[in-house]
Amino acid sequence: MSAIEVGERKAVISGIGQSEIGRRLHRTGVDLTVDAALAAIADAGLTRDDIDGVATYPGNMDTPPGFSGAGVNEVQDALRLKLNWLNGGLENPSQLGSVITACAAVAAGYANHVLCFRTVYEGSAQGDKGRASVTMGGGGGSFRAGGFMQWSLPFGAPSAANWIALYAQRHFHEYGTTREQLAQIALNARKNAQLNPRAIYRDPMSIDDYMDARMITSPFCLFDCDVPCDGGTAVIVSRAEAAADLRKPPVRVEAIGSAIRGRPSWDQWEDLTTFCLRDAAAMMWSRTDLKPSDVRVAGLYDGFSFIAMAWLEALGFCAKGEGGPFIEGGERIARVGGQVALNTNGGQLSGGRLHGYGFLHEACTQLWGEGGDRQVPGEPEVAVAAAGGGPLAGCLLLTRSRS
Amino acid sequence: MGDAPFRILPRVNDENRFFWMSGEDGRLRFLRCDECGFLVHPPSPICPVCLCKRLTPTAVSGRATVATFTVNHQPWIPGYDPPYVVALVEIDEQPSVRLMTNIVGCAPDDVRIGMPVQVTFEHHDDVWLPLFEPAAAE
Repeated sequence: MSAIEVGERKAVISGIGQSEIGRRLHRTGVDLTVDAALAAIADAGLTRDDIDGVATYPGNMDTPPGFSGAGVNEVQDALRLKLNWLNGGLENPSQLGSVITACAAVAAGYANHVLCFRTVYEGSAQGDKGRASVTMGGGGGSFRAGGFMQWSLPFGAPSAANWIALYAQRHFHEYGTTREQLAQIALNARKNAQLNPRAIYRDPMSIDDYMDARMITSPFCLFDCDVPCDGGTAVIVSRAEAAADLRKPPVRVEAIGSAIRGRPSWDQWEDLTTFCLRDAAAMMWSRTDLKPSDVRVAGLYDGFSFIAMAWLEALGFCAKGEGGPFIEGGERIARVGGQVALNTNGGQLSGGRLHGYGFLHEACTQLWGEGGDRQVPGEPEVAVAAAGGGPLAGCLLLTRSRS
Repeated sequence: MGDAPFRILPRVNDENRFFWMSGEDGRLRFLRCDECGFLVHPPSPICPVCLCKRLTPTAVSGRATVATFTVNHQPWIPGYDPPYVVALVEIDEQPSVRLMTNIVGCAPDDVRIGMPVQVTFEHHDDVWLPLFEPAAAE
């Protein structure tokens, strides 16, 4: 490990909370957010008067509908919080970048207890019209694409499903990865979701169900794509010294990864078999003496199945290009008996697209031994939560406090 | 093209106009650094290699290679019916320059990574979309 000060070790996670989660709840984003926030504050043994910081991704945005459930200001005002520090924004090392930034804020002494949240209501926003209804910025005959979308929308590629499928196809080409292998990400998620009463999809899924599902954009079928939903997730990031006497022994932040060292672009990124996950993961491991073999629980972003496999490679659970053989059969990523228990809440593929924060919530749940029927056996001590894909990536290595 | 599908078009501005209108004369153009010759895409005010700020739209051969592709089956856009091929192509002159595009002029099942392709333009209003088709045998 290099001689740098690992400031994030001054940060802990002291509480977590979630709102109701559902396919279409028809509740406002602020409503869902305050439920998650109050649950997390209570879980930490704090009151709202203790919260002196707020961080969120992506911050207040009107479009696409349902993508941003609430901004910092709305939540601050709803709960009348008195803040020393706040941060909300889209340009971040992934959805979990907001949590990483909160770690820096408490380490720097800007705040003692930061409410971090991510809320979506994409399920309700999309209604019965499907994803395309929100991807086109409202659509209409006179609509024209700007920014990055000018390079993709004219060619009928409005969705990250298309952009990430391009990477998956290249991975298949270079390394011989197959759909049967990739299926294990979806099957593993569904198997775990069956034990999670809050998951969206809990019916059993077989390899035949997967292989027979309709194609979305090759090599992705329907079950390679996560399920839009409504829900809010909150975590409280506390200054370690301020969390010593709280309700639960806090989850410690061992190291974070936020690096991106190539072009911040979906289509110009130089290596079409990985994303900037590679850089974020390398940075995280450079800040700790722990190794991938120490990690028992992994919550790895699966907005599309391939991203979770790319994270497995980037984080060093297997070598680059060997994600396919690693997940083949599913045993190595199984909740019980696996080398690393992957997406134990069902991920976003079956649990619902809570957009990054769900993985962190689940990692903490497992480290606290609160997983109930889906608890990973053996009192796991080290977990990783990772979010993002394409030019977005952020990850946190977390450890259980020793009592 | 009389049989062109409905397209959502790019918003043309002073920075990207040369690119989206380039196909009017059948040529594909990128910004090229006057100093070091590096091709800069998407358009930017500065060469990322030598930091020269003199960049000139310059025609290239239009030849490229399919770096990867996906056959899209999802009807995202009313009027643009699947299946169609979305690809990333790398241009011959500087493979680090990629375009997301459609591969036309062949069946989706015939597209392969590594396949040589050639630009062809589809004209809509003030935009000439660069699409690619299998390159003619030399």
